Amino acid sequence: MSQGRIGVFICHCGMNIEEMVDTHRVAETLKNYPGVVHAEDYDYMCSEIGQQKIRDAIVEHKLDGVVVAACTPSMHQETFRNAAEEVGLNRYRLEVANIREQVSWVHTDREVATEKAIRLTRAAVEKVRMDDDLTPIAVEHATKCLVVGGGITGIQAAVNVANNGYDVILVEKNPSIGGHMAQLSVTFPTLDCAQCILTPRMVEASRHPRIKLLTYSEVIDVSGYIGNYTVKIRKKPTYVDPDKCNLCNKCAEVCPVSVSEEFNEGLSQRKAIYLPFAQAIPSSYVLDEDACLGVKPLRCGRCQEVCDVGAINYDMAPEIITEKVGAIILATGYDLYDPSNLTEYGGGKYPDVVTSLQFERMVHPSGPMKGDLRRPSDGRPVNRIAFVHCAGSRDPERHKPYCSRICCTYTAKQALLFKKSHSDGEASVFYIDIRTDGKGYEEFAQNIIASQRVRYIRGKVAKIVDEGDHLTVWGADTLSGERVEIDVDLVVLAMAVVPSKGTEEMAKTFHINVDENGFLKEAHPKLRPVETTTAGVFIAGMAQGPKDIPDSVAQGSAAAAKAIEILSQKELTHSPEVATVNEELCSGCGVCTRACPYDAIKVERSGIAVVNEILCSGCGACAAACPTGAIEVKNDRRVQYAAMLAAVLGRDE
Amino acid sequence: MTRTKQVEAEDIIAITGMSMGDIVDKIEELSGQNVFACYQCGMCSAGCPMAEEMDLLPNQVLHALQIQDPEAMTANSMWVCASCYSCQVRCPKGVDLAKVMEAMRQIYLRKQLDHVSLNGLTHREIRRLPQIAIVSSFRKKTG
Ligand SMILES: Cc1cc2nc3c(=O)[nH]c(=O)nc-3n(C[C@H](O)[C@H](O)[C@H](O)COP(=O)(O)OP(=O)(O)OC[C@H]3O[C@@H](n4cnc5c(N)ncnc54)[C@H](O)[C@@H]3O)c2cc1C
Ligand code: SF4
Ligand code: SF4
Ligand code: SF4
Repeated sequence: MSQGRIGVFICHCGMNIEEMVDTHRVAETLKNYPGVVHAEDYDYMCSEIGQQKIRDAIVEHKLDGVVVAACTPSMHQETFRNAAEEVGLNRYRLEVANIREQVSWVHTDREVATEKAIRLTRAAVEKVRMDDDLTPIAVEHATKCLVVGGGITGIQAAVNVANNGYDVILVEKNPSIGGHMAQLSVTFPTLDCAQCILTPRMVEASRHPRIKLLTYSEVIDVSGYIGNYTVKIRKKPTYVDPDKCNLCNKCAEVCPVSVSEEFNEGLSQRKAIYLPFAQAIPSSYVLDEDACLGVKPLRCGRCQEVCDVGAINYDMAPEIITEKVGAIILATGYDLYDPSNLTEYGGGKYPDVVTSLQFERMVHPSGPMKGDLRRPSDGRPVNRIAFVHCAGSRDPERHKPYCSRICCTYTAKQALLFKKSHSDGEASVFYIDIRTDGKGYEEFAQNIIASQRVRYIRGKVAKIVDEGDHLTVWGADTLSGERVEIDVDLVVLAMAVVPSKGTEEMAKTFHINVDENGFLKEAHPKLRPVETTTAGVFIAGMAQGPKDIPDSVAQGSAAAAKAIEILSQKELTHSPEVATVNEELCSGCGVCTRACPYDAIKVERSGIAVVNEILCSGCGACAAACPTGAIEVKNDRRVQYAAMLAAVLGRDE
Repeated sequence: MTRTKQVEAEDIIAITGMSMGDIVDKIEELSGQNVFACYQCGMCSAGCPMAEEMDLLPNQVLHALQIQDPEAMTANSMWVCASCYSCQVRCPKGVDLAKVMEAMRQIYLRKQLDHVSLNGLTHREIRRLPQIAIVSSFRKKTG
């Protein structure tokens, strides 16, 4: 409790607050408020000078409570509390009255706004008057990090965390790490082969003594809180022992089942037992139990018969692995928007209308066509090709409203690859705007346009017609004002990117949010781009939004740094503003248990509710629900709120 | 492509009694469309069956309206438009261009300035004209 020595500071926030609130009048009014011994207003309370004013006043006036009327407490409450603590005031006796977001930014009448600011500041004084000294709660924590998603982003994050001396569990749902980058031909703007720059990273991640790699695995349950998460991971059986498998391919040769090959985007077939791709890590065949004729019960068994090294084990069972981790990084990447949504382009229907990822595989030297580009329908060579930008992107009416960011640049790359192997070939690119936003990308694309005679036609394609031996593309050249119709052999759709399948459910598992397009949502779009609103859970790469490899890698490292910030603490602290139970009043009815969204309060065998302070977020749901009034949240007690309400609503004497 | 100006630019004010700015507002009011939502992708023009006959392609008509260029009102595009709605079904920004074209015609039609007079056509012309053009002409005539 304050002995009535409260100081009040009103911030102008430049003109942000001052424009709508007469801060000087607020200060003068508060000077006469009971218990206030000092009040002043200043330009920027968050500046070093502003903070010094708080420190000086605490010392000079022997303040035992401070109110800062300024922006939202989520911006600067910590700043002000740190300043107060430096000169010996308990940090929980400083409160912030929000007179920017709740007053100046939302009012248009300066008189009304000033009056409201006065009332909100008075209410904060009432709260401080009854605030107690509190001590933060110390919490031990795990020092491992969970990384979900083994694309380039997750690999980067895992290696960074591990190199800093912390153990990492890297969980990948596919049989190999590598993600989509492993499928790419060459990468813009330097044109280095994707595999050549990716595989060393994959090897580094798999050989790192501090990284435990769990492929073919998914996280099925998460509980706990920052520093102390318990995660349950389910590892599917691959039915092949990776240590024994010597990649001889005998099993695949005898396997009678063929299914569409994911790695080649369905342009080729693989067997039910297969190697995901040549550089796969772990380097082993896997048996796809959904495709296989049957292992439980065994219906075929041919592969095991031919395996010389005895690597195949039909009795392999799924494993459930439980780990305790201090921080979590989600890097689950992207998929392409389903082309069959683009009926006007014959997406998913016309065999010679392919997606951009299919094209990457078609021109890849070790892809399904061994790099010799052919029409999927009839195998004829491709002499005329059209690339269609914004296929499914920038279409708020029917598809995705956002720009997928990477397709302008990779289309330039793909047009170049085509022209390199087809110097007499005709390449046309239909675009709306050319958006090549990355270091060196504009130069890269313009150089291709200028030197390769690629026809860039400014207009979105309306329709593609399959004429059997060729396709007709309906476009418009909006620069010359002419409609155009061109005949081509192959069309490549620069498909929109979307969050990878299952992203939304995964977000639920980890108690984080997705944005309106389903990408994982950051805590703040500018200042906290890899954090989420759940402490200790970070996001990176394409899962957060469309981006290229350099940005994905940068975010992977950023998320690693944020995770290390937690793992490297000696101990974590938790706010002491948590619920407490008055044992005399508690009847053990358990209403609180049901009200708590954090599972933090339980009725013990003694018949009294007990709060797990570490899980409690101080939200007060239990306090509001308790029928006997036995629960109070520290420094957010009922008497405080009654006094605050009176200060806000009461008539001036 | 031939560019036959139906009405001279300077005549627009005289005929309609409106400035280009007023005309754009009126078109938005009549059509219920925001012409500024168009981001000039050209998909409407790419799919328009009448584009070959238009002085300005459908997307160019919208662009002209956006910059208050009187050519929007002098070009033949609004009269050539068959109201087939292929632009409307394709537009990624949800601009119903057929409605915009209709509103543009209304600007004139409400001044009793019919553009098409079937009586003025010869039998041969009527036989040669695509049916859709005749149907849309009736629509336009009745305002
Ligand atoms: C056609 C095309 C060409 C491109 N060309 C270039 C280029 O030249 N240069 C460039 O910089 N960029 C290029 N890109 C972009 C590049 O592919 C991405 O920036 C990069 O792959 C993003 O990496 P990521 O790790 O975030 O996502 P991804 O590569 O998608 O990796 C995500 C990983 O997470 C796994 N995963 C997903 N969900 C789960 C789950 N629930 N549990 C466990 N694991 C999960 C996936 O299986 C995958 O392995 C191109 C993209 C396309 C489509
Ligand atoms: S057991 Fe399954 S994976 Fe093995 S050969 Fe038979 S079908 Fe193929
Ligand atoms: S990057 Fe280019 S092609 Fe891709 S959505 Fe954006 S503008 Fe369209
Ligand atoms: S389709 Fe829509 S957005 Fe594109 S140019 Fe036409 S009206 Fe404008």
